[in-house]
Amino acid sequence: MARITLKNLAHSYSANPKSDSDFALKEMDHVWDDGGAYALLGSSGCGKSTLLNIISGLLRPSQGRVLFGDTDMTDAATAQRNIAQVFQFPVVYDTMTVRDNLAFPLRNRGMDAKYIADRVAQIARMIGMEETLNRKAQGLTADAKQKISLGRGMVREDVNAILFDEPLTVIDPHMKWELRTQLKQLHRQFGHTMIYVTHDQTEALTFADKVVVMYDGRVVQMGTPQELFETPAHTFVGYFIGSPGMNLFDAKIEGNRAHLQGASVQLGAAYGPITGRTQIGIRPEFAVLTKGEGLPVSIRRVEDVGRHRLVRAEAAGQPLNIVVPEGLPIGADMTHVSFVADKINVYADDWRVSATSVERAA
Amino acid sequence: MEKTVNNKAWFLVLPVLVVVAFSAVIPLMTVVNYAMNDTFGNNQFFWVGLEWFEEMVTSSRLHDALGRQILFTAIILSIQVPLGIFVALNMPKKGFWASVVLVLMALPLLIPFNVVGTIWQIFGRVDIGLLGHTLAALGFDYNYTNDPLDAWITVIVMDVWHWTSLVALLAYAGLQSIPQAYYQAAKIDQASRWAVFRYIELPKMKGVLLIAVLLRFMDSFMIYTEPFVVTGGGPGNSTTFLSIDLVKMAVGQFDLGPAAAFSLMYFLVILLVSWVFYTVMTSLDRAEAQQGESH
Repeated sequence: MARITLKNLAHSYSANPKSDSDFALKEMDHVWDDGGAYALLGSSGCGKSTLLNIISGLLRPSQGRVLFGDTDMTDAATAQRNIAQVFQFPVVYDTMTVRDNLAFPLRNRGMDAKYIADRVAQIARMIGMEETLNRKAQGLTADAKQKISLGRGMVREDVNAILFDEPLTVIDPHMKWELRTQLKQLHRQFGHTMIYVTHDQTEALTFADKVVVMYDGRVVQMGTPQELFETPAHTFVGYFIGSPGMNLFDAKIEGNRAHLQGASVQLGAAYGPITGRTQIGIRPEFAVLTKGEGLPVSIRRVEDVGRHRLVRAEAAGQPLNIVVPEGLPIGADMTHVSFVADKINVYADDWRVSATSVERAA
Repeated sequence: MEKTVNNKAWFLVLPVLVVVAFSAVIPLMTVVNYAMNDTFGNNQFFWVGLEWFEEMVTSSRLHDALGRQILFTAIILSIQVPLGIFVALNMPKKGFWASVVLVLMALPLLIPFNVVGTIWQIFGRVDIGLLGHTLAALGFDYNYTNDPLDAWITVIVMDVWHWTSLVALLAYAGLQSIPQAYYQAAKIDQASRWAVFRYIELPKMKGVLLIAVLLRFMDSFMIYTEPFVVTGGGPGNSTTFLSIDLVKMAVGQFDLGPAAAFSLMYFLVILLVSWVFYTVMTSLDRAEAQQGESH
């Protein structure tokens, strides 16, 4: 087990990349700490799988280095890296029994039979397939096959990292929950570095200690679920994390005030001069309907989503989502919206700007 | 529930019945007719029942030809199937060279059988053939017209040259349909090259390989043109396979009765073997699938 460092890493699938857009993975430096449980979150095509395949050695990066601990592994073959990877769609060896499938990676490493038998039994219990160990993998259902794939990924104890590439896509919803819990448990038990690729934020947030959000071939933010929620480093993170995502308004920033179309909002801190397209972002959870304080708002629709209600509204000429806690009445006199000042983030050209001085709003 | 009886449907099947009757059933019945009659000419036939069949079943000439045939087919299959797989594994998977290799591989299959025979007949000649002359110059005592072993080697090499492509192309198609994820998973699992072949490639190729074996069995068991052009069944009778023997009997000696009985049995043997082969394979498949489904 080792820390995995990516240095100046970039990858392009074309032989002679010319512009930035030819790169599936833009130049990045990134460190995966030994024993961390990471989720790699992003929309389809943002380079998540490319990144995984580079770490596991299925793909050689067009530039940069991959280090395991202090050893340069950029040119090492997959087998030498001793990494486990589980793919989106189940890969099983059809002609082998479930038992042989699970034992396969261990046999290839020449482990002794006694150890293999114990380990396979342990993994089979974990994925709930003890009953079916002696059956051929062929003809099993897709989620049974995927459980075998997961089991094969976890069977080696000495791997440097386990990579999951959207592994629960084909699994039944109730089983998803169970398997995710087991993965967490496995992580606590063995302390493997785990990187879990997904485009499902619930999956990412429940699995990982640290969530890495990728957008357009870049890592835009790495942080705890709370950091991602409260201080998204990029408007994409604001939009992608949370349901619904962060509200964004074009604004002009002057000190600790933001000037929106025909209104002005108090910010939690003062900002220096900002260039580029300036926006403020506020989570729907931190927007509050009021009877006269804040911006005038016109409510379009109220959706009851169970735990809370979601108000679709319009303010300062832009659509706005507000989360209203259960039990709070939404009356016709709710004509304004105010924002919790220190939960407002300021963005210049989509990247978060940090405040020059923090002064609490009165 | 009562079914509607509508015999008009038979009229719709009629065209195909007529076509099949003229193309297959009537010619076959003619053969059956010959097999049960004898003639001394003048188009006068008399009934002999199963006598020709009895004669053929006990004929040592037929036994010899059958033995040679089985040996030939066994050798052909045991060379062409592994070789075809080996070639397919080493063919380029994509790009310019993949197309070039595909065309080159398909070429032998496009050459008419008698031309293949002629090519090898000349190729192997000691006086003017490139192969025969070269071998002779290198000091090998090679002469396919004199030596039965040389004749066999020539015929087998020719068939391998002609038909390995078919096995290779089928295997190649099977290989191309394997998703990349399988190879990636195998790398992750640190599988050896042999394990990749044994547990991924071979199982995934099984379907097309069965077809390849079946086709090569039927074709090689019926082989006629190429060896006939090269060796004419000789030297002696050493390369006289079933078809060649049959034609000698029917057209050479004009023994229509025995030849007809012979060809019927020949036809039934191929049909039987193919059917058994097919049934065994499909039921194996089904058994495997069921074994997977049951709890």
